[in-house]
This record gives sequence, C-alpha cells and structure tokens, in this order.
Amino acid sequence: MRNTVPIMKREFSSYFNAPIAFVYLTVFLGLSSWLYLKGFFLVNEASMRSFFSLIPWIFLLFIPAITMRLWAEERKVGTMELLMTLPVTDTEAVLGKFLASFVFLVVSLALTFLLPLMVSILGDPDPGQIVGGYLGCVLIGAAYLSIGLFISSLTENQIVAFIVSVVAIFVFYILGADFVLFGIPDWLVPVFSFAGLGGHFDSISRGVIDSRDLIYYFSVIGLFLYLNVKAIEARR
Amino acid sequence: MISVRGISKTFGSTVAVDNISFDVNKGEVLGFLGPNGAGKTTTMRMLTCYLSPDNGTATVAGFDVFEDSLEVRKRVGYLPESAPLYLDMDVVSYLRFIADIRGIPRDLTGERIRRMVDTCGLSSVVGRNIGELSKGYKQRVGLAQTLIHDPEILILDEPTTGLDPSQIIEIRELIKEIGRERTVILSTHILPEVEATCSRVLIINEGVIVASGTPEELHAAVGGEDLIHVSIRTGGGGAEGGGPAKSGGPAEGGGAQGTGVEDALSSLAGVTSVERKAEASGGYSKYIVKVSNGADLAEAIFRVAIDRGWTLNELKRETLSLEDIFLKLTTRET
Repeated sequence: MRNTVPIMKREFSSYFNAPIAFVYLTVFLGLSSWLYLKGFFLVNEASMRSFFSLIPWIFLLFIPAITMRLWAEERKVGTMELLMTLPVTDTEAVLGKFLASFVFLVVSLALTFLLPLMVSILGDPDPGQIVGGYLGCVLIGAAYLSIGLFISSLTENQIVAFIVSVVAIFVFYILGADFVLFGIPDWLVPVFSFAGLGGHFDSISRGVIDSRDLIYYFSVIGLFLYLNVKAIEARR
Repeated sequence: MISVRGISKTFGSTVAVDNISFDVNKGEVLGFLGPNGAGKTTTMRMLTCYLSPDNGTATVAGFDVFEDSLEVRKRVGYLPESAPLYLDMDVVSYLRFIADIRGIPRDLTGERIRRMVDTCGLSSVVGRNIGELSKGYKQRVGLAQTLIHDPEILILDEPTTGLDPSQIIEIRELIKEIGRERTVILSTHILPEVEATCSRVLIINEGVIVASGTPEELHAAVGGEDLIHVSIRTGGGGAEGGGPAKSGGPAEGGGAQGTGVEDALSSLAGVTSVERKAEASGGYSKYIVKVSNGADLAEAIFRVAIDRGWTLNELKRETLSLEDIFLKLTTRET
C-alpha cells in the first residue's frame, strides 16, 4: 500500500493545479447554501435537516464531476500506460485515486462549516443531528465516489463518464424510494429498500447511527472499488 | 536479461503479435524495426507488463512478466510511444512523483532529479508546467522519467520522435552510453538511428519477426544495393578536352548523349545498373546508378566525368532506407 500515498497526493493536487477545483467548490457551496437558506428563514426553525436532505441531490451532480476525469483522462492522454507500468499495484492505484477524491469531498463539506455555526448562533439545534448529518454526507458521498470512479475506468470520455455516473447513482439512490417499492413484487421489497442508497442516508442524518447503515455503506464502497480493480486488471 | 518465448497477443480478430521469440543479452542495444502496426508497441507493452500475453512467456531480468509483474516493473524504465505525461504537473514535481513511486529514498531524490535535469537537458524548463512544453522537451522529460531510478533495463518506444536533429544526436549518444552497462530495447522507423545506436536489430512485420541480426548483416542479407545520384552535362559550354564519346553532341539533353553516359557508367566495376531519370534541367541529365553493396564508386564516376570532359553537377550516395530493406524482406517472404 506504500504507493497509495504518492498517487493520492498527485491526484489531489491535480484538482488544484487547474482552477477547476475552485469552480466546483464555489458552485457546491453557493448552491447548497442558497437552496438551504432560501427555506431556512421561511421555516423559522434552527435545524439543518433540510440542508442534509439537499446534499444527496447536489452530490448527484457534484460527485460525478469530481470522479469523471480520474481514470478517463489517464486513458485519453495515455498516462494510463505510464501508471500501469510503474511498480504500482492496481489496488494501490484505485485506492490512491479514491482517497484523493474523498479528501476533496471532505474539504468541500468542511467548507460548509459556516452554516452550522450560523444555526447555533441563531437558535439551539440538536448537535447529534448535525454530526449525524455530516457523517451521512461523508458516507453517501464516498459511496457515490466509488461508483463514479468505477464508471470513469470504463471509458476514456469524461462526458460519458459523467452522464453514466449520474444515471447510475440516481438509479442506485432511488432503489429504496417508496414509489419504486410500490411497483415491484413483494418479496423484492426488503432487498430493494436495503440496497437503495437513500434510505440509509435518511436514518443516519436523523442522528440515528446504526451499524447496519455503516456496514451497508462500507460494503457499497468496497464493492465498487473491487469492481474498479477488476476493470483495470481486465484491460491488461 | 530478456527472454521471450512464443508470445502472442490478439485484439479482437487482429493478431498484433504472433508467436514471437527472441533474447536480449546484458549490454545489448536491440532495435525493433517495422512499419506502423507491425506489433512493436504491443511487444514492448507486454514486456513492460502493460498488456499480458495471450500465449507464451517472457522473462525480464529473471522475472516472469505475468507472475512477477511488480518485480519486472521495478527493474525496467519504460518510455511509452509519444511519451505520455501528467500535463498539469510541473517538471520537478512530476519527477518527484515518479521518484516516490520508484521508491527512491527521500534524501536522494533531490540529487537524482538534479542529475536527470542535467543529463536530459531540462535546466531551462525546470519550473514550467509540462503541458506548456514543446514536443522535444516533453520527450526529454519522459526520458528523465525512465532513467530516474537507474534501471537495469530500458524499453524505449520511438524515443527520438519530435526531437530536432541536434537533440536526436544527443539522445542517441545518451542511449549508447546507457547501453554500455545496461540492456536497451528501442523501436524506431529510422534506419540510420538503428545503425547509430543498436548492436542488433529485429525487423517485425504483421506480428512476426522477418529478420534479425546486426545492421551490417541485415544490409548484406538483402543483397543491399546503394544508389548514386549523378547529374551530368555532356556538351558543356566550350569543353574541348574532348571525350571521344560525345564531341559535337547537342547541348540540351538529346537521346544520343544519354546512352554514351549510361554506357560509360555501366562499364565501371561494381555497377549493376544505370537508369536515366526523365527530368533534366539546364543541360544536365540525371542518372541513378545502382552499385552493389559496399562499393564506393563516387570517385570512379568523378574520374570518368573528368576524362570525358563532362560537367558534374551532383554526385550523391544513398544507402538503402529501412523501407527498401523492409519491402525486400516482406516481399521475399510471400
């Protein structure tokens, strides 16, 4: 795992080598704060619940934009050949890229710190819910990242990677939604409602941290990182 | 150092490399020659573990490319075709990244990078973004990347493309220098490059080896012929010292004058044929003289011209190009 760190550092700094990271961060912070604050004063409640319920939808566009270039660009430019002939295992490369995007995700979430600060000054929010909400965001974000990263490894076109990732994450997210559960045979209902990314997020962001939800997210992340390694191996 | 036994690689229905076997010894510089799509790059990619062979085995530095891929990759410096680089990085942080991955100890990294900047002539672009560099400098950065860990084996896919002539000479010198203690495989289209750098050559076509040997052996094997381009004016101005073959002939390219020259040239020892080219200008007629391999007839032709009082405007020797040797080898096969 020694080479994971240099790859992670390289990937992370390459977000900032191009001004694209600042564009992403500005759009993410601007959009999430604006959508949240728009309703905040109307509801007149010192809670971040509506903020956290927005995040999976904003991530739906934001995260594929972070992951789309991670593999697709290497394949397009040809640096894939360079990376794959350096003494780096496929697992190290996948993990390095995943961690780089994960750190970027954590940074962008951390930059929303003004919102909880403001809410605590204006009122008396439930701290457990805020902590749970952020944890939920990190977990669902990481799951999105692993899906987006995997899809990026399947194409050399970043736009294709972006669109396919959005669709795939969307489908995965609404698997457990009520209107989907109505339309499927009864015996599939528990499977779908467990498989959907959304339901687990709702319970964590209410402040209920259940080990099943944690295990669920870790399994999704693990599964897609594993598929990613396999996809890279298959290219050889 | 490198031993390849019957490796093949198929992409869909096209066979890129078909059952190739060869060995490379320590200290050898092996050149891969062949047209585009011959399988050079695919072979190199298999040796560097980027692709895995469908059939056959290859060992590099004693390790199997499939079983011990990481050990192979540690010992090889590889410059892929067109030298792909991380364009958003600057030269030094790129080399530092490679040094990190190559496991060069931190305290040695700075010194290694400085040496690479020196050997590859990068000092003027040190702080620049790789994306802004010219093709030649990118190629040099790529070369620095392959050399930074002092590899036992170098595999270079068309290392001199995009370089200017003086850089090409530098890089060839560098490769020769490295090739003294190390093992090098390089691919190229350019025959002089092979002659300048390689101790042995493999010619590949359509995934199979069609010839191998030293450059001289190859040249001899195809019954190599050199060409001499000659441009002669026979009825030159007031040239009187009188060649018997021509006196009084028409000044401007008549048929009669041509045969005289052709006869005179064909009678020289070593000449296999003389062909008159259609175009003629300013009273000069052009001929292509084919001479058997090795014979240097430029001087003899010069003397003939003097003796006969002809004016000589051009006398140029051309050895067979890769394309010619290559065409010969492939047409002979079929």
